[in-house]
Amino acid sequence: MTAPATMTEPGTIGLRDVGVSFHTDRGVVTALDGVTASLPASGFTSLLGPSGCGKSTLLRVIADLLDPSTGGVDVLGATPHQRRLGRDIGFVFQDAALLPWRTAVENVRLPLEVGGGVPQGRQANSPEDLLALVGLAGREHAYPHELSGGMRQRVAIARALICQPRVLLMDEPFGALDEITRDRLNVELLRIWQETGTTVVFVTHSIPEAVFLSQQVVVMSAHPGRIREIVDIDLPYPRGSETRDLPQFSALASRLRHLLEQS
Amino acid sequence: MTSATAELSHRSPTSTPPRRRNILRKAVPPVAAIVGLVALWWVIVAVFSIPKYIVPSPLDVLGSFQDDYSTLLANLWPTVLEAVFGFLAGNIVAIALAVIFVHWKTAERAFFPVAVFIRTVPIVAIAPILVVILGYGYSPKIIIAALISFFPTLVNMVRGLQAVDKQSLELLRVLSASRREVFFKVRIFASLPYLFSALKIAATSSVIGAIVAEWVGSQQGLGYLIIQATYNFQVPLLWATMIVASIFATLFFAVIGIIEKLVVTWDAKEAA
Ligand SMILES: Nc1ncnc2c1ncn2[C@@H]1O[C@H](COP(=O)(O)OP(=O)(O)O)[C@@H](O)[C@H]1O
Ligand SMILES: [Mg+2]
Repeated sequence: MTAPATMTEPGTIGLRDVGVSFHTDRGVVTALDGVTASLPASGFTSLLGPSGCGKSTLLRVIADLLDPSTGGVDVLGATPHQRRLGRDIGFVFQDAALLPWRTAVENVRLPLEVGGGVPQGRQANSPEDLLALVGLAGREHAYPHELSGGMRQRVAIARALICQPRVLLMDEPFGALDEITRDRLNVELLRIWQETGTTVVFVTHSIPEAVFLSQQVVVMSAHPGRIREIVDIDLPYPRGSETRDLPQFSALASRLRHLLEQS
Repeated sequence: MTSATAELSHRSPTSTPPRRRNILRKAVPPVAAIVGLVALWWVIVAVFSIPKYIVPSPLDVLGSFQDDYSTLLANLWPTVLEAVFGFLAGNIVAIALAVIFVHWKTAERAFFPVAVFIRTVPIVAIAPILVVILGYGYSPKIIIAALISFFPTLVNMVRGLQAVDKQSLELLRVLSASRREVFFKVRIFASLPYLFSALKIAATSSVIGAIVAEWVGSQQGLGYLIIQATYNFQVPLLWATMIVASIFATLFFAVIGIIEKLVVTWDAKEAA
């Protein structure tokens, strides 16, 4: 596997027998059951599976938005809770979740204004630099409703990166975008990942997207949410549109499709 | 044809700026409608030769504006005062209560039924009670105007403070934001579109509240003038008073609308 990141982090995101059950009016729903995996630091891992297989739930467990019912999680040598309080986690949601009354740059700055801001001894990125990094230089003072869906996602990514997080969790961030915009953002996301060296966990239900981005793909199955297989994606970085034309690309994509069809 | 003139004026440097021209063009239909209605009113009065003491013609009403100018103005101010202070008091209490309700569910469970009950009591029934207790001064009118403003704002403000989508709340959770920060950075802003749609309702209904309260017992105000004009068969004055009241209510509404435009600069989803 190619190690493209400029710096690497020690350790992993360790998932040890993670189970999550929800108690609802209609009984207990097992969203995750016996999930054990080790996601390498500074790596790019995708969670792939049909909707309802627990991808979001797993991401929320890693982000300390949800406590697992069983098992444990270790995020680069600390608990999710410590990581959240330490501002080590950046989260990107499917619909950008920008605050509509804030301009792009004000949205990016939000993490500095709440929860104690940047932890001591750490340098925040400059919001303007981040917007430039995601290709939005010149649109700093636009309101979300003045931006396209792709631009809003770029703002959300910039916001997630402001405190220089060690882990970037992305829940179907490009799921609502058209294919052309999605492909372009995929290329930019890889560039950002390589520039920042952050550990990315990326949720998608698109097979080509998972192959294009990832070093490894965690294929999940539903009812209950389990890991079916972890597939290494041995394609060289940097990846671009020519990557999609490689024979290995189609081979990996069809392998993932078969795995998903079995479930 | 219109597009050709638009093209021309667009090129000409002395023409009205496009934005203002747009506003002017938007103003044409309502102005035309008003002129049309007044004309219709005039025609009906003239054709059926309706006597002035039943339905005055627009000219009679205009005459009343001229003759009773000072009477109208003198009685407008008390109503303005009652409506505006009632509006302020009712809305401030409603907003404060909404903030308490959102943070403290028990308070909501305890007092929301009371608020609903107050809402169901007809204003015309409360007014005499307040006049008996508080006399003929400003206070019963201000209280009625406040009561009538209160309920829509309370309901909308509670809804607005809760109108924060799940992902925004999760985002703030990821950022370890405190409840206080969630309130000041998110909830307040999320509530503003809801608040303003209630304030616009309250602006017009507070004027109605003040006038109804004046009917019950007062020595001044537009409500008082309406009663006086009715008893003295000053029908043109009655009509003129009605028009003054509507103009005031419309202006009050417009002022709130302008403040809304200045405050809510973002694209707010429809807050019905
Ligand atoms: N808060 C919740 N309460 C009850 N059930 C939930 C809750 N969140 C998720 N689930 C259930 O858990 C399962 C996994 O959900 P989710 O993690 O959102 O799946 P995915 O993101 O892969 O589509 C689904 O069956 C869903 O209905
Ligand atoms: Mg999901």
